[in-house]
Amino acid sequence: MPAVQETIDKVKAIDVDQYKYGFVTDIESDRGAKGLSEETVRFLSAKKNEPEWMTEWRLDALRRFQQMEEPTWARVSYPKIDLDDLYYWASPKSVEGPKSLDEVDPELLATYEKLGIPLQEQEILAGVEPKNRVAVDAVFDSVSVVTTFKEELKKAGVIFCSISEALREYPDLVKKYLGSVVPVTDNYYATLNSAVFSDGSFVYIPEGVRCPMELSTYFRINEQNTGQFERTLIIAEKGAYVSYLEGCTAPQRDENQLHAAVVELVALDDAEIKYSTVQNWFPGDKDGKGGIYNFVTKRGDCRGKNSKISWTQVETGSAITWKYPSCILRGENSRGEFYSIAVSNGYQQVDSGTKMIHLGKNSSSRIISKGISAGKSQNTYRGLVSAHRKASHARNFTQCDSLLIGQDCGAHTVPYIESKNASAQFEHEATTSKISDDQMFYCLQRGLSEEEAVALIVNGFVKDVIQQLPMEFAVEAQKLISISLEGSVG
Amino acid sequence: MNASAPIKHTQAESDLLERFDRAKDGLAGSVAVKALRDAALGQIRDRGLPHRRVEEYKYSDLRAYMKSAAPLAGAADEAEATSLIETQDGFGDIDRYRIVVANGSFLAGLSDVEALASEGVTLTSVAEALAGETGTQLVASPKSGLTDGVVALNTAFLQGGVVITVKSGVEVSKPVELVQVATAKGAQAVRNRVELGEGAKLRLLETFAGDTGEGELNTVFDYDIADKAALAATRLIVGKTDAAQLFTTIATLGAEAELKSLGFIAGPQFTRNQQFINFTGENSEAKIYGVTMAGGKSLADQTLIVDHVVPNCNSREFFKTVLDGEAKGVYQGRINVAQHAQKTDGEMMTQALLLSEDAEMANKPELEIFADDVLCAHGATSGQIDEDLLFYLRARGIPEDEAKTLLVLAFLSEAIEEYGEDDVTEGLEARVRDWLADH
Repeated sequence: MPAVQETIDKVKAIDVDQYKYGFVTDIESDRGAKGLSEETVRFLSAKKNEPEWMTEWRLDALRRFQQMEEPTWARVSYPKIDLDDLYYWASPKSVEGPKSLDEVDPELLATYEKLGIPLQEQEILAGVEPKNRVAVDAVFDSVSVVTTFKEELKKAGVIFCSISEALREYPDLVKKYLGSVVPVTDNYYATLNSAVFSDGSFVYIPEGVRCPMELSTYFRINEQNTGQFERTLIIAEKGAYVSYLEGCTAPQRDENQLHAAVVELVALDDAEIKYSTVQNWFPGDKDGKGGIYNFVTKRGDCRGKNSKISWTQVETGSAITWKYPSCILRGENSRGEFYSIAVSNGYQQVDSGTKMIHLGKNSSSRIISKGISAGKSQNTYRGLVSAHRKASHARNFTQCDSLLIGQDCGAHTVPYIESKNASAQFEHEATTSKISDDQMFYCLQRGLSEEEAVALIVNGFVKDVIQQLPMEFAVEAQKLISISLEGSVG
Repeated sequence: MNASAPIKHTQAESDLLERFDRAKDGLAGSVAVKALRDAALGQIRDRGLPHRRVEEYKYSDLRAYMKSAAPLAGAADEAEATSLIETQDGFGDIDRYRIVVANGSFLAGLSDVEALASEGVTLTSVAEALAGETGTQLVASPKSGLTDGVVALNTAFLQGGVVITVKSGVEVSKPVELVQVATAKGAQAVRNRVELGEGAKLRLLETFAGDTGEGELNTVFDYDIADKAALAATRLIVGKTDAAQLFTTIATLGAEAELKSLGFIAGPQFTRNQQFINFTGENSEAKIYGVTMAGGKSLADQTLIVDHVVPNCNSREFFKTVLDGEAKGVYQGRINVAQHAQKTDGEMMTQALLLSEDAEMANKPELEIFADDVLCAHGATSGQIDEDLLFYLRARGIPEDEAKTLLVLAFLSEAIEEYGEDDVTEGLEARVRDWLADH
């Protein structure tokens, strides 16, 4: 298409970084000493009043971490991260356990408002529109600041709190499940997380309970030079159901910030966990400067019969994404699902995918992955589907499609499909292409601008995944994708 | 991983190093060729044989498989070679020219040198060429940056082979069969080069006869296909042997060129058939097929990397695998599309049929794409025989075994028929039946 001056100007004006969450909140905060050492871990653990076994658990992880080497197999490149130049503890100062929202630093509340997380509003709305209520756990830098709707959840028997609180109040539950899905030494970043994780959410749904509302966590990295290491643990007892939403943002900064989280899900007999993520960490500016390094380990364990775990993710942010939400399908008839949209623009690098490990009979899984790559970004789908000897009649369907927008980006697909059982039935299909000229022509002819046309086509491309998102997220996700791709055509 | 740390050599690796010390003075080649051999051996010394920690060999651990390394095979016995060639009939009874490479050396006496020369095809011994000026060109990998361990092993021990040169515009009237023969036990390292001049056409049949004992068979085929030329190459890797069967194709295609190939594996304990296809001219096409059957505790690996570095080329890959016993099938395929290789059309399909409880299949179809105006797709399936189809046949009075044979044959024939080299269809289907009768 001929680039007329008007188009060029328009694209320039739009710029790649349309990152509206790029503000810094100026809140006095408390930071520990820089660097990774036993002292740091002890300091952190002491700060959080953790039990002795937890401190030991962390120290053990740290010792093992010091023996490990950073993995290099992913298709991402970045300068070496100096782990000794990071703060492992940063928390807003006023966080001596607020009893209600009134006690929370108003500046912090303003931040959340800017983020579009109306904590208070939700409280007011509670009585009016019971169906759309969302309980929010907000994690600011390293500390869980406030959890809403606690009392009401308690009535249903649901435990939803920060993991530090859970360590104090429900140590047995935490001890039983923490590290049982993602072992301490699972991988480099998970081990690091085990040593220094600061906070995160803990969810426990008792037997037979259907969680009365959506649970949600918002993560935000604010402080400079901090790494955010949160840990999420969700346990759904027999017959329980929970839908969990996760959102992430960070301010615009020149240097890269590290985010290395671990998420563990446990679903027992007949339980179902639905985990949705809209990840919108700062992706770096238009020259690829700054942005979050997102090295996350997410894994769900379908431990019981007929259990189900479903991951839905919309990835638009981060300079580097390294993330493979997985399901271990241990139980008979268990089911794993993975729906993903990964949008990359600018200089973003995404290496993401899933693992479906079929161990139980009749276990089934479904993978729908849509990668959109634009600008100078690289977008890789890397996935594993495996059926072990005893996983008879395991079933998998995988579809991963990639869409390329522009000449300087790359889209890659690296699936591993391993079947060790004859009755396992695996299907995998993948395509890579650009937006077809026919589709573009059709839209333009009907009076849409080029950008609107791209947005429309892309939305159609990702529809399968968007449909899986809870209502609250679906709208946001669609907008996010449009924003992320702005400036990518012309 | 720290590359400089010395590795602990396995028995086979120690054997290989020792083999090299004993054999190096007798191996053909100029000083420059010898330097390339030393460098290649250095790679084996420093990194060992390819093993599962090397991504490309994740599923086919050659290092673990090779328990020892036998010495290289000695000179061939022509009478023995003749009788071996007469007893092998992998491709059935078809009219063909024959070229013989025995125990790693080209045997002009048993090859149809004159008949081929009259058609415009010349044959040259690789062992002789290695001593000459073009020796290094033969040995140096035509694909820059290829650090494959199996190719390095081939370079270090390269004994000989044949260079088949087809003059520009020549369309060879009959298929040319290249038979590799082992008249004595021992390892073989062979490199054959096929040079097709502009507009030339050749149908090549590659097969093997004899027994290398415990010595690995390592053959590299280097196809150089000039503009508008077309090559169809059928490779038969059959027979029961414990020796590692290592095959490599490195193909370079000019503009408007065409490569069609089919790799057929049935029988050996450990087979690696790897192909590197490079497009260097526009509007070319590569169609790569694979038919694999593995039973017992064997492993059969078909690996393929297609590099699209120029625009407007098409590639089709279609691989079928049937597994029985505790066999392991491996398919690794990668389509690389460079940034300026616009209008690339790549399609890759791999399908596996598991006949027994303990068989396993590993599929890894990859796409690596840096250009935006492309159409690339891949598909992978694995499963067992469809019970409905079996029921349908049995309801019509066909016994179970026969019904299974029919279904497996139909499954594999899809690839053989699409390959469409009618000369070999019958022979290949007979080999499928042979294998099924054994399993």
